Amino acid sequence: MYPGPLAAGFCRRYYRAKMSREDAGAGKIAGARFRAPLLWLLLCSLPLPASTGTGGKSAPASLRQVADGVYVRPGQTGLLFEADNVANTGVVIGSRCVALIDTGGSLAEGEALDAAVRRLSDLPVCFVINTHVHPDHILGNKAFRRDGVRFIGHEKLPRALAVSGDTWLRRTGESTDPSHIVFPEQTVSGQVELDLGNRILLARAHSSAHTDHDLSVLDLQTGTLFAGDLVFLEHLPVLAGSINGWLDELDQLTSKRLERVVPGHGPAAAEWPAAAEPTVDYLRDLREKARTWIAAGGDLGAAQGGIRPSRPKRWQLIEQYHKRNVAAAFAELEWEE
Amino acid sequence: MSTRTARAIERAVRVASLSLMLMVPVFITGVAQATTAEEDMVWTGGLRNAYFEDRKILADDLITLEAPQRAENAAIVPISIKAGIPQTEQRYIRTIWLFVDKNPGPLVGTFRFTPESGRADLGLRLRVDAYSPVRAIAETNDGELHMSRQFVKASGGCSAPPSSDADAARKNFGKMKFLLRNEGGAENATAVEQRTLAQLMIRHPNRSGLQMDQVTHLYAPPDFVEQVKVRFEGKEIFSAETSFAISENPSFRFYFAPQYEGELTAEVTDTEGRHFSETYRVRPGTDGAAASD
Repeated sequence: MYPGPLAAGFCRRYYRAKMSREDAGAGKIAGARFRAPLLWLLLCSLPLPASTGTGGKSAPASLRQVADGVYVRPGQTGLLFEADNVANTGVVIGSRCVALIDTGGSLAEGEALDAAVRRLSDLPVCFVINTHVHPDHILGNKAFRRDGVRFIGHEKLPRALAVSGDTWLRRTGESTDPSHIVFPEQTVSGQVELDLGNRILLARAHSSAHTDHDLSVLDLQTGTLFAGDLVFLEHLPVLAGSINGWLDELDQLTSKRLERVVPGHGPAAAEWPAAAEPTVDYLRDLREKARTWIAAGGDLGAAQGGIRPSRPKRWQLIEQYHKRNVAAAFAELEWEE
Repeated sequence: MSTRTARAIERAVRVASLSLMLMVPVFITGVAQATTAEEDMVWTGGLRNAYFEDRKILADDLITLEAPQRAENAAIVPISIKAGIPQTEQRYIRTIWLFVDKNPGPLVGTFRFTPESGRADLGLRLRVDAYSPVRAIAETNDGELHMSRQFVKASGGCSAPPSSDADAARKNFGKMKFLLRNEGGAENATAVEQRTLAQLMIRHPNRSGLQMDQVTHLYAPPDFVEQVKVRFEGKEIFSAETSFAISENPSFRFYFAPQYEGELTAEVTDTEGRHFSETYRVRPGTDGAAASD
C-alpha cells in the first residue's frame, strides 16, 4: 500500500498541532507531538505522488440508523481544530433523492460521507442543508459540489461565510484556497419545504441563538428534528450568537411534540424535549450568574475566572469553551436595561 | 498613522531584529532570562526609545497590569490596570500608555487621568495579534515613569472576524451606555474615598482594517474609535486616544469621585469622523445606568 494518504494525514496533523500551539483558544495539544519540526516541515513540503488520485477518496463513514430512512454519522466530542468528525451529520432518504444535514469538518469527511451514502442508496444527493457556518459542520461541502446538488442555508449564512470562511479554512489547516468554501444556492428566511419524493423536510431559519444564522431541519415522516447546534449533549454548548435568543428558540422548540432529536453534538439521537434540558440549564445558569456579576460591577476578566458551570459533570471541554461563553454572555448582557 | 510614527515603528522593528542577533549569548547563559529577553525584543530593540527616549522607567508596583496568561479569545482580551496610589492634587497618575509589543501597531492607546479621577484604574478589552508582552507605562504628575508588564499568549486577534450577531451590531451602532457603581466607604469618607466606578460602553464594530471579506477578497476598511473624552460638570476626568487594538464594542472602566450632583458627559469620535455623546445625571453615593436611544 502506498504510504501517501498516511503521510498526508500526518502532515495535516502536524500543521494542526502547530497551529493549535499558536492558537489562543486551545488548552493543550491532543494527539501526536512532533519533536523535529524542521524535518516534518521538509517532509510535508514534498509533493505526494498521485496518492490523491484514485486512492484519495476516503473510506466510507459509518452511519447509524435512527429512524426509517434516517441515518446519522455520529460525531466524537473533541476540539474543533484537532479532532476529526466532531459534529453529528444527518442523512435522510426519500423516494426520489437523498438530503444531507451538514457535511463534516473537511473535504475528506465529506467524501467519506458521500461514499457511505452511496452504499446505502442508489439515489442521488439532491440537498445539502447547512445548519450554520462552523467548520466542523460545513467544510465537507466541497465533496458534494456537483450537478443536481442544491446547497441550502439560513439567509444570513452567506454573510457569515463571507466574514469568517477564510479564517476557518486557515485555522483548520484544510486549505488556503477560498474556493473551498461553498456558499448556499438557496437561502431560507422563515421556513421552506424540501421534497425528497414522498418525504418532506421542513428547514426552519431561527433568530440569533447558537449563531445568528441557525437552521434546523424536521423530517415530518418520522418526527426527527435535526437541531444543529441549537442542542448540545456531552460537548459543552458554545455561544456565538445570543444567549437570550438561544433560550427563546429552545423555549419554542421544546413545546413541540417530536419523536427524537439529532443534536449537533452528542449521541446520534435522543429523546425530545428531554435532550434540550442540559443546554437550557447551562445557558440559564450562565445567564443568571453573568447578570449577577454585571450588577455587582464585576469586570469581564474576573468573571471569566469566577463564573463556573453549576453541573460540570455533564459536560466535556469546559476548560476549552466555558470562558469564551462567559465573555460572549457578558458582552450581550451588559447592554441589558 | 502619521509618517513620523510609521518611521519610528519601522526603526524599532529594524533595531529589534538586530538586537536578536546580539542576544544570542544571553540564550546560552540562562534559559529563564533568555525567554524574557526574547519576549521583550521589540520593546528593548526600539519601541521603548521611540516613545520614551532615554527617560528612566521604574519597574515597581505603582501600577499593576492584570491580563490572562492565555487569552480565551484573542479579539477580546480583558486587561485591567490598578493604581497603587490614590489620585490627589499633590500626586497623581496623569497618563497611562498601553502597548501590545507584537501587534501591527504596538500602541493600544494613551489614557489620561486627573485628580478628579479619584483613582487611575483602567479596565478595557483589546485585540492581541501574536504572543506578546502587554505593558502599561504610567506617568505621574512629577514626570516619573512606572511600568507593569505581563506576557499574554494569544494570536490572530486583529484579523479575527467580528463576533456574534451582525444585525444587532448594525442596529445598535453608536449606542452608548454608562454603568455607575458607588464604592464609597464610611459616612465620613473623604472625597477621594467616596469614588464611583464607571463603565463606559460604546456599540462600535471597531474594525481593525485587518479583517478580510470572503466575497470581495478585500480587507474591510478600518473604522474604529480614536478619541474618548469624559467630563464631569465640564471638568475632564478621563480621556483616551485609542487604536484599532481596542476590541469591538469598546468598554472602558475607570473611576471618578463626584462630590456633588452633576452631569457626566462622554464624547466619542471615530476614524470616520462620527461623533457620539452621552450625558448622565450623577448624584454622589448612588448607583445607576444610562443608555442613549
